[in-house]
Amino acid sequence: MKNVRYALRQIIPLLFSYLFVGIASGLLLHKAGYSPVWAFLSAFLIYAGSMQIVMVTLMTSGVPLAMIAVMTLFINARHIFYGISFIDEFRSVGRGKGQGWKYAYMALTLTDETYSVLCALRVPQGLDRQRIEFTILLFCHLLWVFSCTLGAVLGQMLPVDMTGIDFSATALFVAVVVNQWQAARSHLPAIIGLISAVAFYFLLGPNGMILPALSMSVIALVLLKDRIPTQSLEVNHD
Amino acid sequence: MTDTLQTAAIIGVIALMTWVTRGLPYLLFSRKSPPPAVTYLGAALPSAIMVILVVYCLRNTAWTVAPYGAAELISVAVVALMQIWRKNSLLSIFTGTACYMILIRTAFPMA
Repeated sequence: MKNVRYALRQIIPLLFSYLFVGIASGLLLHKAGYSPVWAFLSAFLIYAGSMQIVMVTLMTSGVPLAMIAVMTLFINARHIFYGISFIDEFRSVGRGKGQGWKYAYMALTLTDETYSVLCALRVPQGLDRQRIEFTILLFCHLLWVFSCTLGAVLGQMLPVDMTGIDFSATALFVAVVVNQWQAARSHLPAIIGLISAVAFYFLLGPNGMILPALSMSVIALVLLKDRIPTQSLEVNHD
Repeated sequence: MTDTLQTAAIIGVIALMTWVTRGLPYLLFSRKSPPPAVTYLGAALPSAIMVILVVYCLRNTAWTVAPYGAAELISVAVVALMQIWRKNSLLSIFTGTACYMILIRTAFPMA
């Protein structure tokens, strides 16, 4: 019980951000004409805020599934690097008999936010670190599913004009860019991203820009590898 | 019905690919540490991706007719300044979104 209480206290900093962004993404889905069932399913299965917001755009744009798969890989590629820090930790949680599912569950529920909470976790003596980690991941997941579904349900109940709420996605990304800019040892990656995005916006128009811009950035980053000092994983999270 | 299938397929594909990105390190690097090229891209790529996403979000802004994307530009600036000032993402997102929703109803009403 002590462990659970400690875990819940660690979640407080992201309580409001999960509630707010979750509700916003539920509202977005509702505005695009989808029922709360889809908000629940996507929150439960995908559980990635920025991806769920991009998803709404993809659903209404007629982008082919293969392209959606590639885009998801690109947008969520950062998750690959979160997992690296927790391989041994999560594996030891799943070592006990019948505990293997916990290993998989923890690996699949590591998000931007939960990653940063687990990285900052300094468990006092006498408490069970692994149980606390599992509890944090579980409750964050439940909270996210709750707020996304709530947003979609609220959208149905409230007849208010929510035009412009989709700007919260832009705002989320701008806030992350500011965080990354301030933490980065080199600003070249951000500048490369900006140049390729703007270039392909003018070359290919608003709907054809994203994949070429992402590919161009990867190529440019590889070519400029020697000029970009890499930062540690600790400042990489957003 | 096709709409339902289409929606389920999109959610399924995105979920599956998200699981791939989350599960990959456990499958690949459980025994050895990741190669330097992977670590490098892991550190450098997110900053580029996020800037691209910002531009992508603003892609449907009408830059060439009055008010020339003023509501978007002002609200983006509000988010950035709030984030620099208070370093609270929730507050920045909330203030910026509120600013945008007010601007498109008052100063720059959409046609």
